[in-house]
This record gives sequence, C-alpha cells and structure tokens, in this order.
Amino acid sequence: MAKEDKIVGTSEDLPRTSWERVNDKVHVWPYLTRLEFMCAIILTIMLTAWSILVDAPLEEPANPSATPNPSKAPWYFLGLQEMLVYFDPWMAGVVLPTLIIVGLMAIPFIDVNPKGNGYYTFGERRFAILTFLFGFLVLWVWLVIQGTFLRGPGWNFFMPWEEWDPHKVVALTNVDLPYLLGFRGYWTEAAVGAVCLLAWYATIPAWYIWRRKSLVNVGVVRYAIKSFLFVTMMGLVAKMALRIFLNVKYVLVTPWLNI
Amino acid sequence: MPSLKERFNLEQMKRNIVDSQVWRSMFRHGYEDTPRNRVLMVVDNLWLHLHPTKIRRHAIRVRFTWCMGGITFLLFLYLTVTGVVLMFYYRPVGEYAYADMKYLEFDAPFGMFMRNMHRWAAHAMVISVWLHMLRVFMTGSYKPPREFNWVIGVTLLTLTLLLSFTGYLLPWDQLSIWAVTVGTNMARATPLLGHEGPFAEMVGVTPRFDARSALLGGTIVGPPTLLRFYVLHCIVIPLIASILMMVHFWRIRKDGGISGPL
Ligand code: HEM
Repeated sequence: MAKEDKIVGTSEDLPRTSWERVNDKVHVWPYLTRLEFMCAIILTIMLTAWSILVDAPLEEPANPSATPNPSKAPWYFLGLQEMLVYFDPWMAGVVLPTLIIVGLMAIPFIDVNPKGNGYYTFGERRFAILTFLFGFLVLWVWLVIQGTFLRGPGWNFFMPWEEWDPHKVVALTNVDLPYLLGFRGYWTEAAVGAVCLLAWYATIPAWYIWRRKSLVNVGVVRYAIKSFLFVTMMGLVAKMALRIFLNVKYVLVTPWLNI
Repeated sequence: MPSLKERFNLEQMKRNIVDSQVWRSMFRHGYEDTPRNRVLMVVDNLWLHLHPTKIRRHAIRVRFTWCMGGITFLLFLYLTVTGVVLMFYYRPVGEYAYADMKYLEFDAPFGMFMRNMHRWAAHAMVISVWLHMLRVFMTGSYKPPREFNWVIGVTLLTLTLLLSFTGYLLPWDQLSIWAVTVGTNMARATPLLGHEGPFAEMVGVTPRFDARSALLGGTIVGPPTLLRFYVLHCIVIPLIASILMMVHFWRIRKDGGISGPL
C-alpha cells in the first residue's frame, strides 16, 4: 500500500510541520469520489424508502373564506411567526429577517479572531461559538420545534398530550413597560420608553469606553456593527422575557410605531 | 486450424474495441490504477473536474465536512429532476392546480412517488443547508480568505428557503394558501412600503399598491399569486440559485480548496 492510500495512519505518519500539513494530500479519484458515491447511494435509498412509506400531505382545496385555526407558516418560518407574539409584524416579519440575513453575512467581517480557521476548536473562540449556537439552537431550531409541536389554536401553548381546544382563553392583561414602572400619561410613557431603549443600546458605547484597550484591533466601525447585532439579539431575548414573565406588550409606544 | 479459444480471443477483441477511433474519441485513457489515470479521471470528466486532482487528507473525512454541502447539492439535483416530472402534469391555474394534484396522486404513473420525493427532498434540503452552515461555522471556514463564499452561502440559504416557500403554495390546498397567507401578511407591515407598516401614510401606499400586493398580484392569495409563485419557483429562483452554486463551487477552488489547519 502506498503511503497516500493509508487514510488512517500511525502517529509516525502524521504531518509535523505546517508545510507538511498543507501538502499532505490524497488523490480525489478514488478517495473522494468513492465517498461521494456511497453518500449518494445511501441518500437515494433513504429518500426512496421515505417517499414510498410516507405520503406528502394534501388537504381540502384552497378556500379563502375558511381560515383554519391555527394558521401556521411553513415549519422553517415558525421561528419568525413566534416572534409575532413579541413584536409587531413590521418588526417580526421584515426588520428581524433582514437583520438575520445581514447579520449572518457580516459574520466573517466582524469576527477578527484569526484562530480556529479550518479546524474544530471551542477554547480558541468561545464567544463566537456560544453566540452562534445560542442563535442557531435556541432562537431558530427551538422556536421551530415549539411552533410546530406546542402551538395550537389562537397560537396558544398546548402540551403534546393536551387536546387542541379552539375556545381556550388565556387571560392576558398586557401592559406597556413604562406603565408597569409607574409612569402615566401618553407622552411621559413614550419618553420613558425611549429612554429604556436608548439605555439598552447605550451599553454599546459604554462597553467600548471601558474596554477600548482590548478593542483597538477591532476598530470602531466593526465594533459598532458587531455590538449592534449582538445587543439587538439580546434585546429580542429581553423582550421575550418581559412578555413571558411580566406580560409586557410594548417598551416604546409612539404614534408611528411600537416596539 | 486455430482453436476456438484462439478464434474468440477476448483480449484481442477488447483491444480492438478500445483502440478503435470511435472508442478513443469518447474515452481518452484507460482504467489501470496508475497515478496518471487517477488524475485523468478527474480532469477529463466534465462533472468531476469541479474537483481538484488531489485534496488534503483531512478534507475527505466525514467528521470534518459532515458531507452536508454535497448532500445539499445532491438534493437540489433530485428536486430538479422530480420537479420537471411534476411540471408535466401540473398547471398553475386556480381551476386546475388542485385537480392536477389529485391526478398526480391517483392516475399519473409514479405521480404520487414523484410528488413525495419532491416534497421530502425539499424539507431535507432546508435541514441539510442549515447543518452545512453550522459545520462551516464550527470549523471557522468563513475566515479569510473564504469570507465572500460565506456571503454567497447565506444568499443560497435564503434562496433555498424562498424556493421551499414558493413551492408550498402550489398544491393549492388549505394548508398551502393559509401558510402562504400567514407568511406574506408580514409584507403589508413593511416599513414605508406596506400599507400597514410604519410611515406608510407618508409614502401613500394602499392595500392594492404596496409591497404585499406586488408579491401576490392582488390583495389576497389568489390565482394571480399562484401563477407568480409558480414562475418564481420553477424559473426565477432555481436559475439564480444555480448560478450562485456555480460561483460557490468555483470559489471553493479559488480560495484554496476546503479549509484546514495551516
Ligand atoms: C444551496 C446551498 C449550498 C450548497 C449546494 C453548498 C455546497 C457546498 C459544498 C459542496 C461545499 C464543499 C464542502 C462541504 O461539502 O462542506 C461547500 C463549502 C462551503 N460552503 Fe456551501 N453550500 C450551500 C450553502 C452554503 C451556506 C448557507 C453557507 C454559509 C452560510 C455556505 C458556506 C460555505 C463555505 C464558507 C464553504 C467552504 C468551506 C471550507 O472551505 O471548509 N454554503 N458548500
């Protein structure tokens, strides 16, 4: 067997220098192509079996005058539909998706950590991995699961063993945050709401001033974008918590928009 | 007199075929396992030449890539093939669409199977593209010089979701119109451009002329929406996605192949 034919070698064979590592190569034919071939066969078998065993759903013909309850978006958008509980549609349906896409695209440009390029590591990039996994697993995957299995009529919570009761009424006494804090009067409340929001985002410059030494290689612009995305993501969580634990509907109420 | 064996010399026959002009015009090299042939297998083949001839040892480990990019691409190919078959039977017209689904289910040969395959492959592709993104993130493969390929990837992710979403409407049953109604209702709240969005008065958009009605071709999810989504689903989005996939694969090569420790 030639050296390159050994996919798993002894530790003797392991490349030692960087030059050796980069040039430690095997032929694509057969080593990669056979893998692709196996992968394609397995996938084909699985998909074929699945398609024979399980039929795609087809319900009653479309009827614009009979709204089902609950009406659910396709499952991969249920995380966004869940956001409708906590935010107005312009936020949940337009601003947040835009921020998600733009934020994802920005990742390579705001993560300046040169380590962990091309290999698995947790220790060398803890913050990046924790943030991404939180967004991916909790705010995306979990909300999809919750939306699929735990949301029933009226978008109310139902445990999987509970029957979906379309008449279930959940008493909601929603208040706005400034009201909860004891402020009264339309404009006073609007002002207090604005202050709360500004205070939330004021953590960005505050952190910068506090940690500016360690942030020199990040740069102001990059830091601003990075922290804006991060603080907004955490704001989402904060708003969800306010809603779940304190029945807060809005933080900021104005004649033009509510947040 | 030559023996039977000599007359039917298989070796000689094979050599005659393989050395013939016709054969050599199609197949340029033999299959003996030599380094030269291993290289030619890849470079002389239109489909395989997307690959480099040699690849870093760690990059073919399933543990490293989870094979998820390749699986996503394979699912896309399945979707194209089964989708074309479905197009033979399906008319994106309010009166026919649902009946055509029933026809596919009960009368068209392998109709239901094709539909199932198309549907499950679509769901699988959404999952595999998420997992692919997760693996690319976990290996830090978006770091220089691969930043731009990550950006293309995010666009592909968005297009995959949009493909799935536009396809969701086509069966024209209760599930599809209401899912699409919920999904597109948000568009009416687009700031500035949706008639219920913030600052809509300033722009002067109305329910008939705003972001949502441009998407739906009307004020509700109706037959014009069906046609629009059909065209987006079968032509516009697959075309853009295919082009971006070509760029994606090309860039993997130009960025130095699959990422790995230096
Ligand atoms: C239709 C969707 C997509 C297809 C068909 C696709 C296909 C592929 C394939 C076949 C590879 C080779 C390595 C592998 O299999 O892991 C790859 C690598 C890569 N993909 Fe994708 N991809 C898609 C979407 C995405 C998305 C959503 C992202 C990120 C947001 C992304 C970012 C990348 C990057 C950065 C690489 C280089 C990885 C490395 O060098 O280790 N792709 N893609």
